[in-house]
Amino acid sequence: MSPEMVSVMAESGAAASHKPPELSKERLLEIYRVMVLTRLLDDRAMKLQRQGRIGFYVPALGQEASHIGSAAALGADDWFFPSYRDPGIALLRGVPVVSLMHQCYGNAADNTRGRQMPVHYSFKKQHFVSISSPIGTQIAQAAGAAMAMKIRKEPHVAITYFGDGSTSSNDFHTGLNFAGVFAAPCIFVCENNGWAISVPLEGQTASATMAAKAEAYGMPGVRVDGNDVLAVYAATKQAADRARAGHGPTLIETVTFRMGGHSSSDDPSRYRDPKVCEVWKTRDPIDRFKAWLEQKKLLTAAQETEIRARCDAELQAAIDAAEKVGPPAVSTMFEDVYAGRTAQLDEQWAELKDALQRGVVSKGHHGEFPL
Amino acid sequence: MAVMTMVEAINDALRVEMRRDPRVVLLGEDVGIKGGVFGCSAGLFKEFGGDRVMDTPLAESGIVGAAIGMALYGLVPIAEIQFGDFIYPAFDQIVSEAAKMRYRSGGEYTVPMTIRTPIGGGIRGGHYHSQSPEAYFAHTPGLKVVVPSTPADAKGLLLASIRDPDPVLFMEPKLIYRSLKEEVPAGEHLVEIGKARIVRPGKDVTLIAWGGMVGMCEKAAAKCAEEGIDCEIVDVRTIVPLDEATILESVKKTGRAVIVYEAPKTGGFGGEISAILAEKAIEWLEAPIVRVTGFDTPFPYTLESVYLPEPGRIREAVLKVARF
Repeated sequence: MSPEMVSVMAESGAAASHKPPELSKERLLEIYRVMVLTRLLDDRAMKLQRQGRIGFYVPALGQEASHIGSAAALGADDWFFPSYRDPGIALLRGVPVVSLMHQCYGNAADNTRGRQMPVHYSFKKQHFVSISSPIGTQIAQAAGAAMAMKIRKEPHVAITYFGDGSTSSNDFHTGLNFAGVFAAPCIFVCENNGWAISVPLEGQTASATMAAKAEAYGMPGVRVDGNDVLAVYAATKQAADRARAGHGPTLIETVTFRMGGHSSSDDPSRYRDPKVCEVWKTRDPIDRFKAWLEQKKLLTAAQETEIRARCDAELQAAIDAAEKVGPPAVSTMFEDVYAGRTAQLDEQWAELKDALQRGVVSKGHHGEFPL
Repeated sequence: MAVMTMVEAINDALRVEMRRDPRVVLLGEDVGIKGGVFGCSAGLFKEFGGDRVMDTPLAESGIVGAAIGMALYGLVPIAEIQFGDFIYPAFDQIVSEAAKMRYRSGGEYTVPMTIRTPIGGGIRGGHYHSQSPEAYFAHTPGLKVVVPSTPADAKGLLLASIRDPDPVLFMEPKLIYRSLKEEVPAGEHLVEIGKARIVRPGKDVTLIAWGGMVGMCEKAAAKCAEEGIDCEIVDVRTIVPLDEATILESVKKTGRAVIVYEAPKTGGFGGEISAILAEKAIEWLEAPIVRVTGFDTPFPYTLESVYLPEPGRIREAVLKVARF
């Protein structure tokens, strides 16, 4: 049995299944602002990548409602185990955009010290757990964090995000199974964007929906219009309330679409008909939310212009700041492998430092790095 | 002090630490009411309850993945993988996640977790209850790999592993789980990670081993002594980080090295030790470095005793380098 699709802001003509959540005007506009900022960040970052100023990028284009709407339903003490297509979560939780930009540049001001490709963020203060590239690994970890919350009898929730491709991974199964068995306060958000790089949804599963998979793990499966930010919010809020009340995990499938490539290294025109995107353009999550806010008289044209101008200025300032910071020192390569440095790491750094100082190491096209 | 087997010493260490630190939890297959298939967690479920001693579903990647989440959140999990041979489904979580978390988050997120798993031959376990997979993990920066060879060391190293701020893979040699008994200090007993142990001082040949092979080396050394060859035995104790200094000091003294491990020869961790000796002690070497190992075959069932290094083959290698 496939669950019905939850929606709040109906596409023209269609009836919405749920009432809008009770959110203050300020909160609604904040969610809107972060969606716009995320969209503009994507746009600027893709251009920076094309200009060769950052090495790589993963756009979240079209998925802003899916991840920002759900993040908005959780609190400061809840923990996030995101995928690499959810930058708006960090922005919504108060991470300044310049921190994301430093990470994309991999510079000395990057809090992760230039250790990972762009968009693999980590923000401890905001409980935004370090992102990795292997698919689905965060799902089992989120289940474990939720088990820990339950063991400690703390009223918090762990939420994890992954794509439709991840539902094929081992850790989707183990994560949902563990959370189900231990009734852990965990929310699993499958952002079903239709594509895992070049493989369409039907290449990942023969299941009619992703939400239907929840049944086998003994938890509710909710299917929500992933481009309807208020519907995503409502579904996540309900799942969080359920988890906090001790009733265990929920799987939420946000039905959305990956409007861009998988990454800056991908050209989707090689494997999918661009006409598909045209249909989804009419369902754009930001346009829909904007129309709804305007209709409810919560957003004026002047406010909208001001929000965009502020986001643009913030982004420009972040890029300017990130460009000014040089690369991390070579010595940092040997730090944080362990809490302390092993004799082997000390020896290898001493050897490399000596080689660098004597000019033995050939200068690559990236130029010189400080010791 | 009480006389204990390694299983009893591990059980004692777990109890000591769970009493001392309420953040410590144990999870794995059959670790609860049953107390583990080897009894390492016997009695702990009764004493600490189901919130701290968790029987999990049968999925190694889930056990380690969940333990990582717990460690990130602030618990100190000890994940048991029932046999080292079954650890491979968790390889991704160990190698890509636990080992890299500190580094990739710029030191913000850490995974103070211990993964306990029985390894090695000696219980007639065939392919899937006998492997020694330490070399796969020694190749992973960010992970520590510990292999005790005595009950007292098992307790001391396990306590040190649980308290270590980084993920530790704690591999327990089944060969000596119950066959070896010795006095184990009661209560607090810590053995520093990263320090090898001179098991037997000697001047002619250095035998380097870990886990179940240390005892084999002791037997071989006793035979060699009868033939006038004085062996020094170094128990590596921790594969990562390796105590190179103790190994080098011994080999520089004897000028001769035999490395014994029960994993397949090719790509085994003894090859790494051999390379270190070649790089840093070649001027002191009087003979080629020789390895006595398992073979490049899957671990056999019926022929287990022939596959495993034993005192005869070790003695022959010692004689070869001594008379080179």
